[in-house]
Amino acid sequence: MIRARGLVQTFHTKQGREKTEVQAVDGVDLDIAEGEVVGFLGPNGAGKTTTLRMLTTLLKPTAGTATVAGYDVVTQSKEVRRSIGYVSQAGSTFSIARAGDEVMDHGMLYGLSKAVVEKRGQELFEQFDLEGLWTRMPKSMSGGQKRRLDIVMGLIHEPNLVFLDEPTTGLDPQARANLWQHIAGLRTDRGATVFLTTHYLDEADSLSDRIIVIDKGRIVASDTSDNLKAQVSGDLVDLEVTDAGRIAAAAERLGSIADGVEVDGHHVRGRVQRAGKVIPALMRDLDQQAIGLDSIEVIRPTLDDVFLTLTGRSLRDAEAATEQPAPEGAPK
Amino acid sequence: MTFLRECTIVYNRQLRMNLRNPAWVIIGMLQPVLYLLLFGPLLKPLIGQFGASNAYTFFVPGMLVQLGVFGAFFAGFSLIGEWREGVIEAERVTPASRTALLLGRLMRDLLQLFVQALILVGLGYAMGMHAGFRGVVVGIVLTLLIGGACAAASNALALTTKSEDVMAPVINMVMMPVLLLSGILLPMTIGPDWLRRASDFMPIRWVVDAVRSAFGGQFDGSDMFWGTSWAVVLFGLALWWGTATFRRENS
Repeated sequence: MIRARGLVQTFHTKQGREKTEVQAVDGVDLDIAEGEVVGFLGPNGAGKTTTLRMLTTLLKPTAGTATVAGYDVVTQSKEVRRSIGYVSQAGSTFSIARAGDEVMDHGMLYGLSKAVVEKRGQELFEQFDLEGLWTRMPKSMSGGQKRRLDIVMGLIHEPNLVFLDEPTTGLDPQARANLWQHIAGLRTDRGATVFLTTHYLDEADSLSDRIIVIDKGRIVASDTSDNLKAQVSGDLVDLEVTDAGRIAAAAERLGSIADGVEVDGHHVRGRVQRAGKVIPALMRDLDQQAIGLDSIEVIRPTLDDVFLTLTGRSLRDAEAATEQPAPEGAPK
Repeated sequence: MTFLRECTIVYNRQLRMNLRNPAWVIIGMLQPVLYLLLFGPLLKPLIGQFGASNAYTFFVPGMLVQLGVFGAFFAGFSLIGEWREGVIEAERVTPASRTALLLGRLMRDLLQLFVQALILVGLGYAMGMHAGFRGVVVGIVLTLLIGGACAAASNALALTTKSEDVMAPVINMVMMPVLLLSGILLPMTIGPDWLRRASDFMPIRWVVDAVRSAFGGQFDGSDMFWGTSWAVVLFGLALWWGTATFRRENS
């Protein structure tokens, strides 16, 4: 569905009299299959939005090639635009226009008839919990409603491929959770391929089949969330031993399957690969050795740990230290 | 056919928003009307010195061009608002022609200018202006050409700067010499020689002179030729700039 080779985007910025060249995207390769939900994860300024703007024909690549839905983004840009839905982080509706009018006009720009757009629009309003808001202005909608309206705008021409740029930025936790359900539904209900950029770890984790990590304009990893996490030192297993006299025995049993075992009071901790697979055997082993436990806890690595392993810095630190300017022309 | 349909969709959307919030249309109209009501009477005793006989036949053409230039130059402000809310990007990611996205907006600006021009001319008649129908039609067409040029330039400037804070001083900087050197308020002929010569380099002055000639019933003089030529050239240039800006990949 998406294939990119060596995508490059260079911006020229001016600071005082000095002109500098910023390589916002530096040789990105992508292969995204039909029906996949891919999370494009990276800190602010990593090159996520710039890559997405190149794939959606809003920005011409400085170098490299890309085909989206089978069409070249430079030479067949109109065909690409006809095939994709795009939900920008800046929104897509004017705050003082009526929501329904915005959807109608947007749909008609795809060459659809008024009747078809109205029918589809009403259906989408229902599916995205926007019933009764057809004549409402976006300025009097909640943040969550506005984002759902943006998604409706992006789906009005029934695209098979949907690009979502930071879809939940600025939403409260409840609105985010609600929007996640709708985003998940894009694939399950519509069979759409979804490419979403995010700097939220939990968002990429919960929505994506595959996560592509980008940092400083380069792809640093591309795999499922589980596989990426497995690349980190493993899951942390924390056993709370009931009998103080059995702590050493518990540490020895855990040590047979875990690395870096350490004891802290009644707690025995160690790292194992794929805890879900080894825990049942460990429990049986402890039971046979008559080692009683008050609790057992498995702490899985986060995508932040993955980012730290891949780049040497945490995602949050990377965000704080972001130095790259926003791409020229991108809505702030 | 598709292109025309796309222009119409954009035009209808813009018109709907204008009708919903007509404040700016009224504010834009207010300035020339106030000039007509409060400055026009001051010209009455002086009009003989300008080589004219009717103050309003002299003054309304200047106000028409002012309306065309000043009113249209503010068109870009609403575009920045739309850009900030992601509307322009959402439109640019549809298969619609990017030229249509500009032309649809320009059609709205021209309709708005046309209605304002009719009101201004009507008011001029009510205050004692003498002008033939043909002259008024030619005058309004020239106003629409120069207004269209300014609206296109304003949209291009808006999409280039993307900031009201930059747009406002730029417009101010351009407008002040236009107002002073184009003879909108007083004819340049009463000024010293150097000022007259300076105004020769101001294209809008030629347009003002041409509209005045048309209102005075003269359609074949050099004023008409140069005014029409400048209006057409400026319209063409601004349209090319605006279209190029909308079509540019990174707008």
